Amino acid sequence: MTCLILFYEFFKVGLFSFGGGAGMIPLIEEMVTKYSWLSEEEFYNLIGICESTPGPIAVNMATYVGSTQAGAAGSLLATLGVVLPSFLIILLVASVMKSLTENRWFRGFMRGVSPVILGLIFSTGAILMLKSLGYVSLREFRPDITSLTILLLLAGFFFLLPKLTGKKVGAVPLILFSAAAGIGVSVLYEALGILS
Amino acid sequence: MLLSLFSVFFRIGLFTFGGGYAMIAQIREEIVEKRKWLTEGELTEIIAIAESTPGPLAINLATYVGYKHGKVRGSLAATVGVVIPSLVILYLISLFLDSFMENRYVAYAFTGIKCAVAFLILKAGLDMLPTLERRPVPLILFFTVFLLMILFELFSVTFSSLLFILGGGLIGMLLCAVGRRGEGRK
Repeated sequence: MTCLILFYEFFKVGLFSFGGGAGMIPLIEEMVTKYSWLSEEEFYNLIGICESTPGPIAVNMATYVGSTQAGAAGSLLATLGVVLPSFLIILLVASVMKSLTENRWFRGFMRGVSPVILGLIFSTGAILMLKSLGYVSLREFRPDITSLTILLLLAGFFFLLPKLTGKKVGAVPLILFSAAAGIGVSVLYEALGILS
Repeated sequence: MLLSLFSVFFRIGLFTFGGGYAMIAQIREEIVEKRKWLTEGELTEIIAIAESTPGPLAINLATYVGYKHGKVRGSLAATVGVVIPSLVILYLISLFLDSFMENRYVAYAFTGIKCAVAFLILKAGLDMLPTLERRPVPLILFFTVFLLMILFELFSVTFSSLLFILGGGLIGMLLCAVGRRGEGRK
């Protein structure tokens, strides 16, 4: 049963995710919270893992969630679910419907979808940023000095390094740096007694 | 042919990090420069198609290139090839992650990674910002969705963003219909 739900839910993600990895994060987040498959914390950890391992993020997420909920069969079915819509649609486009992307109704649909996706991406990023800084609920804000320090270090790394070396910072170096900063800052603050 | 489709896309799946656009450079090198399976123009066209169809970019590309060179069997070989590395790697990680997370330093590392993820999501948004049409309806859609999602989060309202996506699409099609009638009147 879980396997079928996994397949169905990831099929939906595959069918409605436009605009690459970041666009599907809100969809997957709603799904894993709805079924209590992952806690919020676990979900954000998982995004970090999926961004720093090779391959498409959606496939990585499907495999992981599937495996933790229903073992090897679950990971296979969730992955199949997320891949199948793209596979079928592209087969259609490549074989018979070459003009799909020139169809005015389809173009109209996409013109309405793109700004929505962008809104979803920005709200997801902004909410996560607020939460890392210590937002708990409307009545509770526990300022997280560790995360604030790490964010400042990340911003420095991200904006200063390209100026010094002339190269853009990719996702993997950024994540590796953030992991090192996470350990360094936590240990330092613990030693200074800022963290209990 | 099937075997080389499989192995090339297997390599792409294994060595491309960061998903989507980060993969394009590598796919270009393998498919256009080395193998000449596509011309530069064809690749641009496929990327445009992949952007306006749902699903992960790498899957869309693999299916398309596979179909062009080996019909349905080719597209299967390429798609399976690009998926297998993820499937194996994340399956292995899923077996060990829980015990791994109990380590204090690993948990610290993830405090940092969580910040990087927020950073990367916002950056993906900023990178896509130039594609936002500077016209009233798209701008209103963008700001409404952004504000509503944040309000829903603050007031713990459960809402499926699928409805936003479908709603946006419908509004887009509606505008298309209105535009057509307007043209008719002229």
